[in-house]
Amino acid sequence: METWRNFKGNKWKEGIDVRDFILNNYKEYTGDDHFLAGVSKKTEKVWSKCQTLLQEELKRGILDVDTKHMSGINAFDPGYIDKENEVIVGLQTDEPLKRIVNPYGGIRMVYSALKSYGYELDPEVDHYFNLYRKTHNQGVFDAYTSDIRKARHAGLITGLPDAYGRGRIIGDYRRIALYGIDYLMAEKKKDWDNLVGEITPDIIQLREEVSEQYRALEEMKQMALAYGFDISKPAENAKEAIQWLYFGYLAAIKENNGAAMSLGRTSTFLDIYIERDLEEGNLTEDEAQELIDQFIIKLRIARHLRTPEYNELFAGDPTWVTESIGGMSLDGKSLVTKNSFRYLHTLTNLGPAPEPNMTVLWSNDLPENFKKYCAMMSIKTDALQYESDDLMRPIYGDDYAIACCVSAMKVGKQMQFFGARCNLAKALLYAINGGVDEMKKDKVVDGIEPITDEILDYDKVKKAYDIMLEKVAKTYVDAMNIIHYMHDKYAYERGQMALHDTKVGRLMAFGAAGLSVAVDSLSAIKYAKVKPIRDEDGIAIDFEIEGDYPKYGNDDDRVDKIAVDLVTKFSNELKKHPLYRNAIHTLSILTITSNVVYGKKTGATPDGRASGVPFAPGANPMHGRDESGALASLNSVAKIPYKDICQDGVSNTFSIVPNALGHTEEERIQNLVSLLDGYFKQGAQHLNVNVFNRETLVDAMEHPEKYPTLTIRVSGYAVNFNRLSREQQLEVISRTFHERV
Amino acid sequence: MIKGSISSIETMGLVDGPGIRYVVFLQGCKLRCLFCHNPETWKMEDKLLMTPDELIRKVLKYKNYYGEEGGLTFSGGEPLLQPEFLLECLRLAKTCNLHTALDTAGVGFGDYEEILKYTDLVILDIKAIDEEGFKKMTGSTMKEFHHFLDVCIKMQKPLWLRQVIVPGINDTEDYILKLKQYIKQIPNVEKVELLPYHELGKEKYHDLKIPYPLENTKAMDPTRLQELQALLKSKD
Repeated sequence: METWRNFKGNKWKEGIDVRDFILNNYKEYTGDDHFLAGVSKKTEKVWSKCQTLLQEELKRGILDVDTKHMSGINAFDPGYIDKENEVIVGLQTDEPLKRIVNPYGGIRMVYSALKSYGYELDPEVDHYFNLYRKTHNQGVFDAYTSDIRKARHAGLITGLPDAYGRGRIIGDYRRIALYGIDYLMAEKKKDWDNLVGEITPDIIQLREEVSEQYRALEEMKQMALAYGFDISKPAENAKEAIQWLYFGYLAAIKENNGAAMSLGRTSTFLDIYIERDLEEGNLTEDEAQELIDQFIIKLRIARHLRTPEYNELFAGDPTWVTESIGGMSLDGKSLVTKNSFRYLHTLTNLGPAPEPNMTVLWSNDLPENFKKYCAMMSIKTDALQYESDDLMRPIYGDDYAIACCVSAMKVGKQMQFFGARCNLAKALLYAINGGVDEMKKDKVVDGIEPITDEILDYDKVKKAYDIMLEKVAKTYVDAMNIIHYMHDKYAYERGQMALHDTKVGRLMAFGAAGLSVAVDSLSAIKYAKVKPIRDEDGIAIDFEIEGDYPKYGNDDDRVDKIAVDLVTKFSNELKKHPLYRNAIHTLSILTITSNVVYGKKTGATPDGRASGVPFAPGANPMHGRDESGALASLNSVAKIPYKDICQDGVSNTFSIVPNALGHTEEERIQNLVSLLDGYFKQGAQHLNVNVFNRETLVDAMEHPEKYPTLTIRVSGYAVNFNRLSREQQLEVISRTFHERV
Repeated sequence: MIKGSISSIETMGLVDGPGIRYVVFLQGCKLRCLFCHNPETWKMEDKLLMTPDELIRKVLKYKNYYGEEGGLTFSGGEPLLQPEFLLECLRLAKTCNLHTALDTAGVGFGDYEEILKYTDLVILDIKAIDEEGFKKMTGSTMKEFHHFLDVCIKMQKPLWLRQVIVPGINDTEDYILKLKQYIKQIPNVEKVELLPYHELGKEKYHDLKIPYPLENTKAMDPTRLQELQALLKSKD
């Protein structure tokens, strides 16, 4: 059968251009959710097996690890959950939830992770790997400067991907379905042939990478063949399209253990195949939903081997299989299709779950029915996040996707060098304490005098802070340049990069944590009287505050402007330093769940926050300080500039109790739609929406067995509440819940 | 310029009128309803002082959220006790194309025609349906309420009616049926809501050292409230 039968357009046939294919062929859907089908018998069987395994996994930490093989696209035998009932197949290893050892990022992480779950690496693998192979982690530490080591050790810059996979790279998995592997290999061969001229180090590096990409594509073909599928040719129907696409993603998670392994923007692409099958009479709606449900099941059971330290930072075993849904085309038509609904409907058919990370690209112009459906699903499941398509589309076009939580990139055309975050609150303490860490008492940053005034003077502190930010930015850029140089060298994502254009755009994503704490501290110093309490070494370990001061989160420009100025300053400082492979600087205000650990490692701050108390997540106002109502809080966060400043995302997590959202379900849905419309019209980028009562969480903490699927949004991803540590659970409960009686 | 005394502000009111609303709680109330959970709003005193201009400028900061339905609601206390300020605010709000609602017990100082000219929706508290019950519930007479309601009817204002249901006082089927008859005579009623009495105001009374009139009354049972709501909505 002709694989491209009935597909319109020509440009996409002449070279790789998935966007052109989508725009020429997709069918916008503006109706409601009445067409959706329930869960099939087969899906029920497959999912019920998974649920049993998932419960077992939750009890034991992990279900199993393959300690005999190392990560690789075609390194494992085929595996099944329930072969006769699976309509979409493929597992990372030969058994569901069995994890992969990936030592290329860092073998010490592997030892530590294995040990904590009572496993040991196969002695032979261990011996030969160490004998012959250097890791990314070893490379990084060969090159790190002493400034970087100190900043890292003190927790000024943390979470750096220097010991594990960097992630946040989205392969354009759709290309396999549309073109087949052989065509993609031929295109790579063409690119390789054209990479000639002056053979500079850049060209050498790229030529080697393209060769690796070519080989990875071949491995994908072999891996799929082991499951009985020939993906060398384009997909012929919807089932194949989903299967081909999934094999691409599967190759990525077999080969890499990146922090975030996101899926991209696949629902509308796949809808084209489903629509064609429906029209040809080869598929029913029930079968279409079955395919999507089973595809989603596969995404829900993707796993990576992590260390306990990693889990302390990012609880709940997240993999950030982020899927971007909705958005508008540049022509002004929405990209919502029936399949956008089907993806979200899996939360009903299979129950709520944190993965895949369902991300709605929100536009004021999205069809009302879709908006309402999303709001309804949010209220029901707390599993959705929203990001402003109206803000990102002018920058990234209409075929971008979100990696991890808030990081936008053009699918297949851009990749990201992920870079964790800098602790802005700690940096402020260093400005006051002359570069000495307030907890470890080590000198971390040289060349800055401590402030010895009895009452802190705003101008003086501000000046010292500016100098501190300049120094931190330099160290941070140095670290990132080293990390990504070494990552490309020792742990290159050959499969994922094979699904990118050869001339790929690179974004280097810096991050900042503790924004609200730093901002409120500056505001306190400016508008109230702040007296440092110093220890015998002259280090400010606490602060007395006299008088009140405006707090971030109340739509008060006096303090909100401090926030805007701070992120702008930091972004500008980062941009002063050139980046590896001419990457573009971006910055996110995002902590995920690490705000708890960052807070733990940061002493008392001039805003009155006690030592060790968790920060607010992402760009959120500090817990309980946003006293002027929910909209004031949202407006403050919306002021943080996205374009050119925090262009890797500004995360906001919003919790509201159901009764405050409206009396009836209809009212709640409409109000949530208005809230999202309003927030994004204010120029904001991201919103996590949680609709639940604090009491529910308190009860779930005491009786987790009563809430097996309680899913909540934290900063940028969703998590099963039961998988959070006690500390993280308490922090979530202490957040501002918007309510009014 | 006239300044209003504002007890508090809610930037995201979702239950005081349609859509997302900026809710201004004006200070001062003459009624002393048994179930009142905002005793801090009773006294006629200067709290947060603002000119209409200042207030509307704040309201407009959130215009993006109001959508087609939402807007501005004046509540209280009793908003009709600051008629001059209220009128000016409503007038300004209408020039800015905001939807306006008035959440009131209808017991103010007059000038109702003028005020209602700039009011899109009246959310009216029914305290009781006869003079005796009203006196018992609020400590005041029903005269002013009737006057206000007459003006609403004359001006054909859309009405949302609310009745707080307090156990032991009006939680009977008999009362609900009477209420139903009473409401039938009022035109332009778009919605009737029964609100459950709750005890969340109790602590405020203790803090303010005011005796709490319903010390021994339990919060309204939600299931029972639903039954009464169903009875109210049922066809005769």
